[in-house]
Amino acid sequence: MISVRTLSKRHGDRQVLKDVSADVAKGETIAIVGPSGGGKSTLLRCLNYLETFDEGTVEIAGFKLRPNMTSRADIATIREMRVRVGMVFQQFNLFPHLSAIDNITLAPRIVKQEAPGKSLERGLELLAKVGLRDRAGAFPHELSGGQQQRVAIARALAQQPDVMLFDEPTSALDPEMRDDVMEVMKDLAAGGMTMLVVTHEMQFAHDIASRVWVIDQGTIAEDGPPSQVVDNPRTAVAREFFSRIRK
Amino acid sequence: MVAYAAVNRGLVLIALACALIACGTSADPAGQTLAGIQQRGEITWGADIQGGEPFVYEDPQNPSQLIGFEVDIMNGIARRLGVKARMVQYTWSNLVPSLERGDFDVVMNGLESTAERRERILLSDPYYVYAETLTVRAGEPYRSLFDLTGRSVGTLNQTVAHDILLAIPTIEPKVYEGNEEPYRDLELGRTDGVLLDNIIADRYGCINKALRCLPYDVARGVYVIGIRKGDADLKKAIDGALAEMRKDGELQKILEKHKLWDHRQTEQQTGGGITRPARSFDGEMLWQFLQAAWVTLKISLLAFLLAVPLGMLLAVGRVYGATPLRVAARIYIEVFRGTPVLLQLFVLYYGLSDVIQLGPMEAAILGLGLNYAAYEAEVYRGALLAIPRGQSEAARALGMGPWQTLRHIMIPQALRLALPPMTNDFVSLLKDSSLVSVITVIELTKRMTIAAVDMRGWLIPGIACAAMYLLLSFPLSELARRLERRLARDQRPHTL
Repeated sequence: MISVRTLSKRHGDRQVLKDVSADVAKGETIAIVGPSGGGKSTLLRCLNYLETFDEGTVEIAGFKLRPNMTSRADIATIREMRVRVGMVFQQFNLFPHLSAIDNITLAPRIVKQEAPGKSLERGLELLAKVGLRDRAGAFPHELSGGQQQRVAIARALAQQPDVMLFDEPTSALDPEMRDDVMEVMKDLAAGGMTMLVVTHEMQFAHDIASRVWVIDQGTIAEDGPPSQVVDNPRTAVAREFFSRIRK
Repeated sequence: MVAYAAVNRGLVLIALACALIACGTSADPAGQTLAGIQQRGEITWGADIQGGEPFVYEDPQNPSQLIGFEVDIMNGIARRLGVKARMVQYTWSNLVPSLERGDFDVVMNGLESTAERRERILLSDPYYVYAETLTVRAGEPYRSLFDLTGRSVGTLNQTVAHDILLAIPTIEPKVYEGNEEPYRDLELGRTDGVLLDNIIADRYGCINKALRCLPYDVARGVYVIGIRKGDADLKKAIDGALAEMRKDGELQKILEKHKLWDHRQTEQQTGGGITRPARSFDGEMLWQFLQAAWVTLKISLLAFLLAVPLGMLLAVGRVYGATPLRVAARIYIEVFRGTPVLLQLFVLYYGLSDVIQLGPMEAAILGLGLNYAAYEAEVYRGALLAIPRGQSEAARALGMGPWQTLRHIMIPQALRLALPPMTNDFVSLLKDSSLVSVITVIELTKRMTIAAVDMRGWLIPGIACAAMYLLLSFPLSELARRLERRLARDQRPHTL
């Protein structure tokens, strides 16, 4: 589903990503962990081209991404790819001028040109799936953080993506609200969605992820199933990171 | 204590300002102007150099020097009174009220002798006999004013010619402020005739080959010097001086020098023009005010309807456009924001009339709309920049293109943020729309100044005018407040 080859990105003279290569199969759930400033979010954002990169390639959902994609055809490719790749942000980024249901149905209507009736029907289904069927008409500021993030997940799912990218989806939430969001993500993983999740939730990494990547200084320092990476880390970086987290 | 000191300082400032104003006026108590003139050795006279050649104007060879037949006549009068004459610049339409306030001793600037002026101030004996001349386009068959039934005829505000036009209800008068514009609009076909004093017609209309001045006089009248009521002794002195000048030939010499001497000056004159009694604020005037308010509202609304989308386009161009677009938007904004809207209206209506011919309403709406678009553009630019980056990222991540992101995400949110400053701008536009009277549109403020002349007082028309502006702006700001509450539900003020 995803294959990253020799991906590199510089910010001025700082190397943010160094020669990253990795593969994700359909249905896998990857937990991306590691010390802050290590390049987790940057890697995730390169996958749907919200961030550009300097070298390497990304293949995702059947689309091939390269550096310097600026031609008309390239831009069309990027937009098609983004329809197949959903993204959820740390700050939710719901559109404050639209109700929950309109947040969800806007993109299917204008990007995929779906009939309003059809997108509304599926939007309501998705709201039911994240437990917010009764808040369809609510505006973002009337929802709690956890509810907003669940609407944001439903919004990303409304495009019927093949891959879902989560950028620290629970970091901005109070502990009691995280569980609701986690529950939704767990169901999603169980349903066979391919997911990459940048997270600090070790519970999630341990219990739900099929694989864990530890990213430090722009490289994937360790890559393996949670039983191996979380419970018996091989590298010093991973050992130090997990011991600090557990404290 | 601090507050007390501040109040005290304020009072001192007010007192100082009053003292300065008092020093600025040369007013003598009513009835003692002549004594004051003789004591100071100087007579001050109010005039407006915008009236131009041949009345009072700046010498082209030496612009600091004023010349004109009125300068020469006034100097002649002053010499006979044993004093010097000094001209004081005032807007023509304010000359009589300013005389009454005591800003100068007399008015001399093509002031026509009319019944209503005779009621209000003292008038000297005439120093010039003028005629009202009708000018039409060459080749058109009009032979008298009455042939122009149902047509519009240009003239200057507050003139006898204007009164004559108002006395013929089937003619639609069009009121200008300058000497050149009525003839320009006649040539362009915006009007079908111009009725003005022969002095103006000879210099600005009849010399134009595209125009034709009718050979006979529509009416005759005289120019006189305006003197405050109660200064009968001053009137007597001025009349005496004028009689001497007529007798010893100085007046004729001055008029000949300025090419103004004609057969009319020696013919017996028959009374003065048309009399219009003072009006009161009756139903008809209220109706005129309501019509003017409607014009103001219409111009403001349509101009704003133009300014909003154009401003948004400029803002988007300036924030997101490629370099040439960004530069073009920036230049537009700087030019339209950095030059007076009055000038822009003049250029649009008169300056560009060879390229495109706009009616006064169209020019007013277009001019104000183009001007306000520059202001709106900056409001929207600020609003676009205030939207969190996450919003456009979320839109892009959903596969929206730049236009979709702008249309569905950025612009709706920018408009919400911009609502309070937009309301501000609209109220400001409502008042700025009074500027369009320079291109002959009669809107609320213009109606007020006309009514003030008709009613011989500013107070009631002023209050009516202010009330109507408030009646227009208040519901609009109330509407905006409701819209704001509905659209920007989540934008509550921070707790401080």
